[in-house]
Parts: sequence; structure tokens; C-alpha cells
Amino acid sequence: MSYAAVHEDDHHDHDHKPTGIGRWLFSTNHKDIGTMYLVFSLIMFFIGGAMAMVIRAELFQPGLQFVDPQFFNSMTTVHALVMIFGAVMPAGVGLANWMIPMMIGAPDMAMPRMNNMSFWILPFAFTLLLATFFMQGGAPAGGWTMYPPLVLQLGDGFPFLIFAVHFLGISSIMGAINIIATVFNMRAPGMTFMRLPLFVWTWIITAFLLIAAMPVLAGAVTMLLTDKFFGTAFFDAAGGGDPVLFQHVFWFFGHPEVYILVLPSFGIISQIIPTFARKPLFGYASMVYATASIAFLSFFVWAHHMFTVGMPLAGELFFMYATMAIAVPTGVKVFNWTATMWKGSMTFETPMLFAIGVLFMFTLGGFSGLMMGITPVDFQYHDTYFIVAHFHYVLVPGIVFGIISGVYYWMPKWTGHMYDEKLGKLHFWTSTISVNVLFFPMHFIGLAGMPRRIPDYSTQFTDWNMIISIGGFAFGLSQLILVWVVIKCIRGGEKATDQVWEGAHGLEFTLSSPPPFHSFTTPPEVTDATAHS
Amino acid sequence: MSVDKLKQTVLGLVAVSLFLVSGAVLAEYPLNLTEGVTPTSHKVYELHMIILYIVTVIGIAVFGVMAWSIFHHRKSKGAVAAQFHHSTTAEITWTIIPILILVGMAIPATKTLVFMEKTGDAEMTLKVTGYQWKWKYDYLDEGISFFSALSEEDNKARQRNSGIDPFTIENYLKNVDNPVVLPVDTKIRILTTAADVIHAWWVPALGWKRDAVPGYINDNWTYIDEPGIYRGKCTELCGKDHGFMPIVVHAVSKEEYAVWVEEQKAIQLAAADGANREWSKEELLEKGKSVYAANCVSCHQANGNGVEGLFPALNGSAIVNGSAAEMIDLILNGKNLMPAFKEQLNDADLAAVMTHERNSWDNTAKDAIQPADVKAAR
Amino acid sequence: MAQNTRVTAKKLFIFAACMFGFGYVMVPMYDLLCDVTGLNGKTGEVSQVKAESMHVDMNRLVTVEFDTNVNPALPWKFKASEFKMNVHPGEIAEAVFVVENTSNKPVVGQAVPSLVPALASLYFDKTECFCFTAQLLEPGERKEMIVRYVVGSELPENISTMTLSYTFFKAPDSDDVAVSEKESVKAISSKS
Repeated sequence: MSYAAVHEDDHHDHDHKPTGIGRWLFSTNHKDIGTMYLVFSLIMFFIGGAMAMVIRAELFQPGLQFVDPQFFNSMTTVHALVMIFGAVMPAGVGLANWMIPMMIGAPDMAMPRMNNMSFWILPFAFTLLLATFFMQGGAPAGGWTMYPPLVLQLGDGFPFLIFAVHFLGISSIMGAINIIATVFNMRAPGMTFMRLPLFVWTWIITAFLLIAAMPVLAGAVTMLLTDKFFGTAFFDAAGGGDPVLFQHVFWFFGHPEVYILVLPSFGIISQIIPTFARKPLFGYASMVYATASIAFLSFFVWAHHMFTVGMPLAGELFFMYATMAIAVPTGVKVFNWTATMWKGSMTFETPMLFAIGVLFMFTLGGFSGLMMGITPVDFQYHDTYFIVAHFHYVLVPGIVFGIISGVYYWMPKWTGHMYDEKLGKLHFWTSTISVNVLFFPMHFIGLAGMPRRIPDYSTQFTDWNMIISIGGFAFGLSQLILVWVVIKCIRGGEKATDQVWEGAHGLEFTLSSPPPFHSFTTPPEVTDATAHS
Repeated sequence: MSVDKLKQTVLGLVAVSLFLVSGAVLAEYPLNLTEGVTPTSHKVYELHMIILYIVTVIGIAVFGVMAWSIFHHRKSKGAVAAQFHHSTTAEITWTIIPILILVGMAIPATKTLVFMEKTGDAEMTLKVTGYQWKWKYDYLDEGISFFSALSEEDNKARQRNSGIDPFTIENYLKNVDNPVVLPVDTKIRILTTAADVIHAWWVPALGWKRDAVPGYINDNWTYIDEPGIYRGKCTELCGKDHGFMPIVVHAVSKEEYAVWVEEQKAIQLAAADGANREWSKEELLEKGKSVYAANCVSCHQANGNGVEGLFPALNGSAIVNGSAAEMIDLILNGKNLMPAFKEQLNDADLAAVMTHERNSWDNTAKDAIQPADVKAAR
Repeated sequence: MAQNTRVTAKKLFIFAACMFGFGYVMVPMYDLLCDVTGLNGKTGEVSQVKAESMHVDMNRLVTVEFDTNVNPALPWKFKASEFKMNVHPGEIAEAVFVVENTSNKPVVGQAVPSLVPALASLYFDKTECFCFTAQLLEPGERKEMIVRYVVGSELPENISTMTLSYTFFKAPDSDDVAVSEKESVKAISSKS
């Protein structure tokens, strides 16, 4: 009881849910904020997806049919920014908000008011970004990587792009600080670090990556801003600067960013696979160490994104070896998941299906990643559809599938109802088939010489592009099933038990479904037997 | 028991056929990297195939284990979960084995990279400069210099709703007005740089691509084995027409190359002469039309109305209908997004295109600008 | 608990602020890295005295190519009088460049050097260069400019050719300088 009393000042309403619009606008509740993050992410997923549909429609056949090249470039640029910063990152933070307090036995997040702020910055930031479509000079069209000097040619939208990135950075940093403060200070008695569920572990590491990497991006775009408006010359050769310097600073952020996106997904499937294999996670400690070493190494490989920019031999060799080294801890994780399934007693509900999808298709993306880490062959692969295939394999079936599997896994807990299993399975199979039709042929056209970020292509690539576009439309449509499943599950359905899944363990499954408004008002006692079993 | 056996056989067949199909499919050109025509591209292709086979084998092994587990260790088949949750031996094994495989891959990769970096002792030097959205080639030993842009035919077809079927054009979007001509059996040093934003010069058959960065220079080399036509593209996003600045390399015998060099020198002399004579208005208008189609149309559009907010209209423009001197100054030296054309086009081309613009659409200037006027303004 | 939270949050905010600073520290770090590895092909500078004291390796010849570029915003012509030179490592050599202002205004230009292969720039030093300072050219003025340089005799054996490239940019303050120059010229001419 004293535990809750300490937190009295953080909650203006302790026993009753606030109602109406105020419940959401001024919310300091981790579940409500988590829900808002997830809904926001879903909306952004469809906005970014709509842009992808425009891209695939234009690329359905050679020649320009629907859009002009400048607008096409805006589509590829803003699609990436919306998907990365609007869909994937907020989805990760949303799941963290919902689950971390419940998983560590806390009543709420450590800093609920900051939690509210870090969410409400997001819609504001995306309004700035998307408003550029209606400005003189159009939306950003120089690629999400914002390389100068090209990005400096953007019209009135330029400062809006920069400030949107600043706000997104501030939001993520506040979210990350909140998560670390929560896990460090609010764990239930007996919940030692080596008893934390793996999802919590991957999120701590992600949060540290965010705090280390996002400010560097903020610095880089601030330099762009002062270069354009205040006469500095960080990236202008005329004033003694170097445009390549931006790429170094950007990718110093950009590579850890890749792991910011993927680690929460690793955490999610590390919860799900043991549940449905009915067997403890294989190599818990080595999973934690592998995640930490992936995060650490991610700060020393950034230049593999820019092998073709022209570096001394020693630099290219260093970044090639460091990149190859990352394959080792990543391999350990894949092998550990496989060993978790081995000799288990598996069932294949929708969350497990999506988690297995991650396992197979993320590994496939890992293989092409390893190929591109080899500098001399990267001179051929770089900036072709081969890299587009690679990072989409990692991002869509690797990360988006991970998030979706988490949503299916915890949705009965959140709503108190089981989702429609038949529709869930349909969603999995349509998504998995279409995502491979969409991204697998990209390897072929990339190797055959089709560069990325082009609105029109030579006729030899026509057949594959048509197939890719059909896969794209099918994948887009399949996601409507998810929306239907979620709405249906919120509105009703079979009552979920507290444990939800036969093989589920962990503190979140000791709470009722749906859980009380404030998760653990009395901290639970955690022992070795209740932790990772 | 027999059901299990059957399943195993089917699985095995699927695995083998997948492997065969991927092998057969990858052997065909449009699905795989080109072997190319230089020592570098051969080495890169071999390395690519080695790594591809290694990851395919690892993939079959890993996916095989996963699939086996998924088929056999399922609750519906009565599998009871074992409760082991770690094994130091296994974990050390699957750390060490990948390290060994990676070292095995790093050795040939390092060798190839060292080979690619030997840019010295070349017999000739070609400088490639990226512009928005064309390439400039300087043969530094010979003093030859020209621009190379998307061919007029392709440029017309690629306009939005042009009504021209791309399939009627051979090598659509991979044709240029002036291809770069290089001799075979010659070590050529290739320098890349750019005038405005970052571009990247890539001809797959040569086996590499390299960024062209404004204010900085990169060195590369090539040695072409076989005569032929090799096509490539810009591969670094460089703005609106990034997709429309191809590269065409004509590799010819050394003798043919020598003849070509002499021809080019003569052409450049003749072009310089163009400024020294009086041109008729008809002549200027005819030339101006094609210069416009090749250099101006993608921004200012065929109807001269530009794109609102990005590229100003020439139709009814105060500058186009204003004093000739002001217009010449703008086209020579550029302004904001408008590139400076003084290097890209000669006096006759510039005079012709301005004459064309002053006489087209609703414009009222209707006069002719002479190449001599442009020359005087340079 | 709340106290601990505040301490943790404070530490993390300070860490985030430091990382923002680190983004800026990467700029001088990058310059330092370039100096050490030759990364962006910036060449070094030595005194005449030191250059003269270098050991000359008469048994070896290396090729130095000269490449010239003019940024489109600058109305100048810029050429090297010779495209290629063969020099002995350790020997002081001189290359001549010609610039011409083709406009009818005084303009200030700044040349930016870049040398490839990058590794060679560690051994390439100049005692005198027009790129050390901005250059003012009067309307129509044509000028010969000199680079005096030495290739260190420690140049690795596998480097036999290098290219020194210059790009002339319009100096960022060119218009101000040119205007004040014009005014001072006017002032002088009106006085006399």
C-alpha cells in the first residue's frame, strides 16, 4: 500500500478512469498512452502504405503514368520517414508502454506526465512533415537520408522537415528515458536484472541506443539548417566543409537506428516462441549478451552504408570486418530461437505463426545483409533493388511481423477477449505469401542492374516489377484484415482467461484480462521459480 | 512410421528441387549479377557466387532444422516438451563455426578489394563529372570534352503520358546522345567528381560503382577485355531526373579509338567555328527545337509552362520576352535551381535555344539571338 | 522511488545532451581522421626549408596528374598548363595553373584541393599554393598561379600515380569583398 502511496502525486485520479476526450488528451496512464501509440502507429502504417501503393502503381509498367518524377521522389522519401519514425518506432514504444510496467510488476511508468508529452509531440511532428506536401517546392524528395547538397535544394518545406526530425528525436529520447527510469527504479521485489523478461531487456538496450543515437541525428540536421540559413559550411566544399561528413554523422545515428527498430521485435518473439513451444527460452543469458553486443557493435559499422563514397583501403577493410562480426551475435540469437523450438510441444496460433515468419524471413534478410557487408561485391549491390529487398525483408517480415505477433499475443490480455483465430490465420497467410511476392523478386532485378529510387525503368525489368506490384497491392489489402480483427476483438468475443495462453508465463499473465487501470498497486514477489520458467 | 518416412522423402525432394531451381534461375543473366568484361568484374562475380553458395548452404541447414522441428515437435503429434534451456557446448559451437566461415569469406574479399584499389600506372585518364542530370566526360590526355545525356527519343517517350510505348524503343532509358568511347586492352584511370550534388557512376559490366562528390575526386580503374556496348545508370539519388541520366560505354579496338579521337578533335574545332558566322533565323529555330527537347523540356515542359512552384514558365516570361542580354546572362550563369549552361552548351546551341524560346508559344519577342552575341557575353 | 527516478532521468538527459554535442565533436574529429588517414584527400603544408632538406629518391619516378574544376556559380576559366608531371620523390616541383575571370565584375574565388589516392595525400606536401588564400580577379583578368610541392620519399611503393584536383568555388563573401574592392578602387581613382 505504501508503494502506491508514493505514487499518489503522479496520478490525478487513482481509482476511477477519467472519461471523455480528457482521458486521452491528458492521460498519464501507461495503458491509455500505449493504446494511443499503437493506434497512431497503425494510422501512420496506412499513410506510409498508401505512399508505397503510389510507388508500386507507378512502377507497375515502364513509362510515367500517374505521377511526375519529383512527386515520385517525395513518395519514396516520405514513405521511409513515415514508416520508420511514424509506424515502427511508435509501435515499439506503444508495446513497451503497455507491457513493461506489467512485466516488471510496477503500477505505471516512472514519469507519467513526460509519457503523455512524448506521445503528443508525435502527431504535431507529423503534421509539420506532411504539411510540406502543400508547400512551394513540395515535400522532401532527396531521400530519407537527407544527404546534402541535394536536400538543400528543397523549397519552403526544408525547415519543416528539419523541425519535424527534431521533434521526433525529442519524443523518442523522452520515451527512452522514461523506459529506463521505469525498469531501473520500479521493478517488483525479487525482479533482478537477470530475471527480466527478454522483451524488457531488448527495450532497455534499445532505449540506450535511442538516447545515444537520436541526439546525433538532431545535431546533423541542425548543421543542415545552419548551412542553409545561417552561413555555416559544415557540408559545403566551397567553405571548407565536406558533404561526405554528413553521411558519416548521419550513419553514426543510422546504423544504431536499424537496431532500435529491430531489437524490440527480437524481444517480442523471445516471449512468444517459448510460450507456444511450451519450453523455456534457450540460452537466456547468451540472448542478453548477444543483444548487448549487437547494440555495441552497431556504433562501429556505420560506414558500410557508404562504401562507394570513396574511402582509404584501411577504412573499407575495417568496416567490412566489423560488419561481418555482427553476424556472429545475430547468428547466436537465431540458433537460440531454433533451439527453443527444438523438442518443444508446439502449437501454431497466430502469434506463433508470425513469430516463425520473423525467424525465417529475418534470417533471409540477414543473409543478404551479410552479402552486402563484403565491400568489393557491395560496389555492385549498392543502391540497387538488392538493398531495397534486403532492408524490406528485415523491416517488414522481420520487424513489422514481430510487432504484429506481439499485438496478437497480448491483444486478449488488453481487451479481455480472444481475437478471431480464423481471421488471424488468414491475415498471416495472405501477408506471408504477398510479402514474399513483393520483396523476393527485388533481389533479382537488383542484381540485374535496376537502381533504387527511380520512377521509370528499362523494359527488361517489366515482368518482375508487375509481379512485385501485385504482391504489394495484395500485402496492402491483407493489412485491412488486421484492422478488422482488432475492431472485432475490442467489441467482443470469447472471454480470455488471465493466463490467456496455455504455455504463457510472466507477471503480465497473473493480472486479470483486461488488467486493472493501474497495473500492480501491490508489488508482486518474484522468485526464481516465477521468473523465466 | 511409413507416414513419417513419406514426409521425410517429400521434404528432402522439396529441399533439393529448391536448390536446383535457384541454381538454374540464378545462372540466367536477368536474374543475377553480370559477369562483366573486366578482370575486376570477373573477380567480383566469383566472390558474389561463392558467398551466395555459402549462405544458401547455411540457409538450407538452418531452415531445415527449423522446418524439422516445426513438423515433428508439435503438440498435435503428441510431442512432450523437453525442459532443457541451455547448453554451453552448443552455444560455443554455434559461435565458433560462424566465425570460421566468416574468416573464410573475408580472405578472398580482402584480396579482391586490394586488387581493385590499384589505380596507378594507367595508360589514359578519363574524368567523369556528374551534373543534374547528365554526365560530362573529359579525356584529360587528349583534351576532348563533351556532355552525355539521355537520348532525345527516350526523353520524349519518358514524359508523363507521352503516348509513346516504351517497348518500341530498344534499350529504353539506356540510350544517350554522346556515348563515352574507350579502347579495349588498355588500363584506364577513371576519376569521378560532380558539379552540383552527389551522383554515382555505375556500369555493371565494369564491376564497380563510385560516388561523384562535388569538390572532391575519387579514383578508379578499368581494363576492358571485349569490344562492345556497355550500359549503366546514375545510382545516387540526385534530384528529379535521377532515373534519366544513363551511361553508355562503347568499347572499341585501339585503332578505332585513335580514329575516334581525331574525329572528336575536328568536331570540337568546328563547333568553336559556329560562333563566328551569321546564322539565319530558320537555322536557329530548327536547331533550337532539338536543343530545347534535350536540355530544357524536363523542367520547363514542352508547352513552356514549367511546373508551378518548382520550375518557372518560359511561356509569357518577362525574361524570355525581355532584353536579350539579360536572358543570355541567366542561361550562361544560372540562378538557384537553373543550372549554368555556359559549360554544357556551345554558343550556337545557346543562341538557337534562346531564339526558339523567344519565338514559341505566346511569346512576343520574336527576334533571333546570334551565336556571336553569346560569345561576346561569356 | 520518485527520488531515484529523478536522478536516473537527470543522468540520462545529461547523456542525451552530451550525445548532441558529440554530433558536433564529430566535425573536428573527422578533420583529424582525415589528416591521419588522408580520408578526404586534403594535402599537407610544409615550410620551404623543410622541403629542401628532404631526401630525393632519384631511382623512382611517380606521376602527378593535375585536374581542374570550376563550380558553375563562378564565372571563371581554370586550366593546368600541363596535365601530367613525372617527379622524383623528395624533389621540389612546380605546377602552373591559369585562371581567367570571364565576367565584367571583380570576383573572389577559393580553390579547394582533393588528392587521390587518399593515402598519397599523407605524403604530398605543398610549400606554396594559390589555394592557401582566396583569390581576387578583376574583370577579364588572367593570371598564372603556382603550386610548389614535394612528394615525400616514404610514399608507399604501390602508389605510382596520383591526381591533384582543384575546384574553384565562388568565395561565400565574394560579393561583399568585390563590392568593397570596387569602392576602394573608385575612392582611389576619384582622389587621383
